[in-house]
Amino acid sequence: MLRRVEAATVPGEPVLRNTRGAGDRVGDGLLYGLTALASVLGLVVVAAIVWRVADGAWPAVKVFKLAFVWHDEWNPVTSKFGARDLLIGTVVTSFGAMLLAGPLAIAIALFLSELAPPSIRGPIGTLIDMLAAVPSVVYGLWGIYVLAPFDAHHLQPFLSSFLGWIPIFAHGGDEVPSTVFTAILVLTIMALPITAAICRELFLSVPADIEEASIGLGATRWEMVRTVVVPDVRGGVVAAVILGLGRALGEAIAVTQVIGNFIPLKLSIFETGDTLASRIANQYQGAVSNIQVASLIYLALILLVITFVSNLAAQRVVKRFEFQRTGGT
Amino acid sequence: MSAPAIDLVATGRARRRLVVNRLAEGAAVLSALIALAVLAIVIYSVLRRGLPALNLSFFTKGPPLFGQTGGGIAPAIVGSFMLVAIATAFALPVGVLTAIYVNEFAPKRFAEQIRLWLDVLNGFPSIVIGIFAFAFCVKVKVPILGIGHHQSAWAGGFALSVIMLPLVARATMEVLRLVPNHLREGSYALGVSKWQTVLRVVLPTSFGGILTGATLAVARAAGETAPLLFTCAIAGQVVDWDPSHSVQSIPLTIFEYSESSDPNLHAQAWASAFVLIAFVLVTSMAARFLLDRSRRKLGSGR
Repeated sequence: MLRRVEAATVPGEPVLRNTRGAGDRVGDGLLYGLTALASVLGLVVVAAIVWRVADGAWPAVKVFKLAFVWHDEWNPVTSKFGARDLLIGTVVTSFGAMLLAGPLAIAIALFLSELAPPSIRGPIGTLIDMLAAVPSVVYGLWGIYVLAPFDAHHLQPFLSSFLGWIPIFAHGGDEVPSTVFTAILVLTIMALPITAAICRELFLSVPADIEEASIGLGATRWEMVRTVVVPDVRGGVVAAVILGLGRALGEAIAVTQVIGNFIPLKLSIFETGDTLASRIANQYQGAVSNIQVASLIYLALILLVITFVSNLAAQRVVKRFEFQRTGGT
Repeated sequence: MSAPAIDLVATGRARRRLVVNRLAEGAAVLSALIALAVLAIVIYSVLRRGLPALNLSFFTKGPPLFGQTGGGIAPAIVGSFMLVAIATAFALPVGVLTAIYVNEFAPKRFAEQIRLWLDVLNGFPSIVIGIFAFAFCVKVKVPILGIGHHQSAWAGGFALSVIMLPLVARATMEVLRLVPNHLREGSYALGVSKWQTVLRVVLPTSFGGILTGATLAVARAAGETAPLLFTCAIAGQVVDWDPSHSVQSIPLTIFEYSESSDPNLHAQAWASAFVLIAFVLVTSMAARFLLDRSRRKLGSGR
């Protein structure tokens, strides 16, 4: 309860000092100390993650050096390990996913911020955010038993009948149940909501004045978006796509369920493949030697570096927009 | 009646602009519809394939023995509950205290840094956090407090708490920022010290928001699979309340059953997915709804 101050005993100078007594000084100090400790703990966890992963990968780093990154063999029998095909698989799946998810997310964000009637913006936005709440293992399960058969029977024959002359869309004719393409689709769904949510915030932050001015000058809604809204937040949109990319790069479970976990990589995306994260999830328990475990952690280290750099860069850009928004008014 | 008839139908360039506009609007609507359709299809698939396998014994029995049909996920439900409880017990206090420090005490530059690094932590792949927790809790040379040397619910809960920490901290920061400054100043003006102001004015005002933020983090942690893969995967087949043992969990059950070749286990996987998705979606929807409400109440302008 708040301390009661009686009117008759309005404190003079010395009494006032007493109200900030030992108890409060201890309390203030204690709360400050506790909260500061908790904050430092968060930073320590980040440092500990980097340290433990680097430490675990060290035996493999010593043996394979940096050549690990472009060496393409992964052979537990001869203890020769390299990350090239996995790295390519990670890049192909996540960039492929963002190629689909990026435009889709921007269009959704535009729908939610500029086009939809205000009364349905909230509910639809919430539903699209719910795509992010569905656990990755459920997407994986769905990917294996619903999406992959649909891909194999309908989508892939259809696509390769148009694009089959390009090697990456070539269809061998045999039905492959687990494909890189399915992984791309699953990752698209998973990266979509985060990118859409950030883009929506960005588009909403564009001042209504200049939007209305543009409409007032006779622009159509699309011209307003193209000439006013998007240029105002272009960097932020790029950052939002990179954050979605980070989500796709690191996804292990759903990818390992649908991609088939097989290297060497084939040229077509309608074949099996593998990624960094998915290989760790798939092989860690069955690893036969210390060097294989260390190599798997080396993969994690590569993944950590990639996501770390891309996230940091994207966060910086998003921060700048936050600053503009709050600093401007 | 002699006014010249003006043709209001757009032609040429104007017509092209209108058509392009229509196309763009159509594409935006279509994109939103695609996203909604995907959500609907996922939920429908889980409902259609999960519901038939759901019955009372699914919630009360252990996994089926080899070749048998039926069975349930009681150990996984208990295990998931325990893992999330442990994770919340770690992450909630640390997250809330961090947010209090950043909002009430920290110098601006340092606060920025903490925010940034929390976002970086949030961006770390969950599989990497799993490896970290494995190296930190499972594969240690000297066991701390009897934890170590083997997988346990402690290790799994710790891994999940690392996932939850940035979510709780960021959500709490957002809410604390919305507490109007005049409340704090009013408290100070009454001669109340800072720590009492924080505990008795700031925290109670933002309690609802913190709770919903924590709920969203719980929903996220409950569905995480990758951090448990190395920390809490090899478990017994019966209900186990001992956190120093490795326990079953719903996400890992789905993951393992999904890769099996037994159709009965597929049905179990879908039913487990139904339980998980129902829990996650209901709690996140409820939390978001409450969050919007408390934000409106606090923000009063926004």
